[in-house]
Amino acid sequence: MTELPTATGPVLLSVEDLVVEYATSRGPFRAVDHVNFRIPQGGSLAIVGESGCGKSTLARALVRLLKPESGRIILDGTDIAQLPERRLRPLRRHVQMVFQDPYGSLDPHLTAQQIVAEPLHVHGLSDRAQRARRAAELLDQVGLPPSALDRRPPEFSGGQRQRIGIARALASRPDLLVCDEATSALDVSVQAQVLDLLSELQKDTGIAYLVIAHHLGVVREISTELLVMRAGRIIESGPTATVLTSPSDPYTRALRRAALDPTTIRGVKPRHLLTSAPEGTPT
Amino acid sequence: MAEETPVTAGPPLLEATDLQIELITAHGVVRAVDGVSFTVRRGETVTLIGESGCGKSTTAMGVLRLLPEGLAVLSGSVRIAGRDIVADPDAARAVRGRTVSLIPQDPMTALSPVHTIGHQLGDALRLRHPGMTRTEARDKGVELLAQVRITEPRTRWKAYPHQFSGGMLQRILIATALAAEPELLVADEPTSALDATVQASVLDLLMELQERTGIGMLMITHDLGVARLVSDRIHVMKDGRFVESGSAQQIVERPAEPYTRELLAAVPRVGTWDEDGDGRSEPVAEEAAS
Repeated sequence: MTELPTATGPVLLSVEDLVVEYATSRGPFRAVDHVNFRIPQGGSLAIVGESGCGKSTLARALVRLLKPESGRIILDGTDIAQLPERRLRPLRRHVQMVFQDPYGSLDPHLTAQQIVAEPLHVHGLSDRAQRARRAAELLDQVGLPPSALDRRPPEFSGGQRQRIGIARALASRPDLLVCDEATSALDVSVQAQVLDLLSELQKDTGIAYLVIAHHLGVVREISTELLVMRAGRIIESGPTATVLTSPSDPYTRALRRAALDPTTIRGVKPRHLLTSAPEGTPT
Repeated sequence: MAEETPVTAGPPLLEATDLQIELITAHGVVRAVDGVSFTVRRGETVTLIGESGCGKSTTAMGVLRLLPEGLAVLSGSVRIAGRDIVADPDAARAVRGRTVSLIPQDPMTALSPVHTIGHQLGDALRLRHPGMTRTEARDKGVELLAQVRITEPRTRWKAYPHQFSGGMLQRILIATALAAEPELLVADEPTSALDATVQASVLDLLMELQERTGIGMLMITHDLGVARLVSDRIHVMKDGRFVESGSAQQIVERPAEPYTRELLAAVPRVGTWDEDGDGRSEPVAEEAAS
């Protein structure tokens, strides 16, 4: 276990000794295994790892879509790890999530404006006209044109849908946005636009990010602190730039080697760049 | 370059000339591929790169004539092993699974879940060698599985697809493609569904196979890193056309077209790293020691 990422500001979220398990026919499967980290207010922490490493499970536990087996998730001084739904509800607006699949995470029957206005209603803004106005502001903030307001998800591209998902998450004025592979279903040019949007929003609002990703380049653009996860555990952590330029754990080094940045590749068909990559672990 | 390396000499394995593909959809006729020309020679990897909807996969499926007949209209010519598969649909059936094989995109759904790996690989082998007995097919198949680095191939012969990871399934699909002893592989995003470290092992396998056998490859990908690594030549595709074509080095290091530059600029940089170092130690310490 390496040291905790250094918090630069007051701690917003502190995860201590978190364990998340799934029930299987062969007994409990431990997807998150004694994980510790902190996110300062306005900070940006990324978690990288490959399929099945537990990174999405961890994200789902943080927003309490899952109930952890043990450990603490301390949000602004309150441990939400085991809170019942009734007491959790008023706290939910502080942590919002942007999901991976821009096609499955929006209600196809609602207009963009209704999708973004819904959390405003849930969080107590009862005036319909005010909700509509605020939703329009949010959609403008994520770079969608006014003509988008009355259109429904099937009429939008993947990148536009992800913008609606971000606007919906921002509607609750969260302190922390959890982005679970929020750009991985997008084309690179669209991904670049969404990453730019996230950076701008952070500059403007001071929101903190927890970014779950498998792409090291994405992580490098969006985070200042990085955790590398494998088999439910954090195997390496530190400032993103340090972990990416001089990874110390053999697995992080294998991940780093397998990340193909076209601009750093030299020569014709340089297969040697791959040869020390290990085989994937069969499941 | 081609003159110096005899391995890429000879007539093209695949020669597409002014290929057009129109798809008949509910919203009318869409020209998905709008007049592209390219060749793949022995020992070469030629890559079509572009974003979703650019027509790259349609091109790959078109040259194999795997698009639904009646809903896809091909024109121009595609010559494989000297036969024009656009003019003659029978030619496509004659070369598929013999001269040319496909490695499909999604390894999780490409195999039948209710038949063993051996059953499916055996079928591919007997398509190529109709006289082959089951025992011969198994021996040859086990050999192919070993070649794609499946451990304990004899035991795994009787296993079902769900008993394998995604990376192993993709290697089994490569073995199935190789059963045809093809001269040309068409690989449609062969590693896009895989984790990075697994992608690395599959790409390494394909590149090693090419070094050893001189097989030609038509690669379809959206990933510029993959394209840069595996390709001799790259065609950048947008709206059904090639906007730029050139060597892998030229496309990445000296892109001429604004669209290619935009694509490259959009790739999140991973940057360089201390590959030979042992982690956080300072290189200065080594100098002091020597």
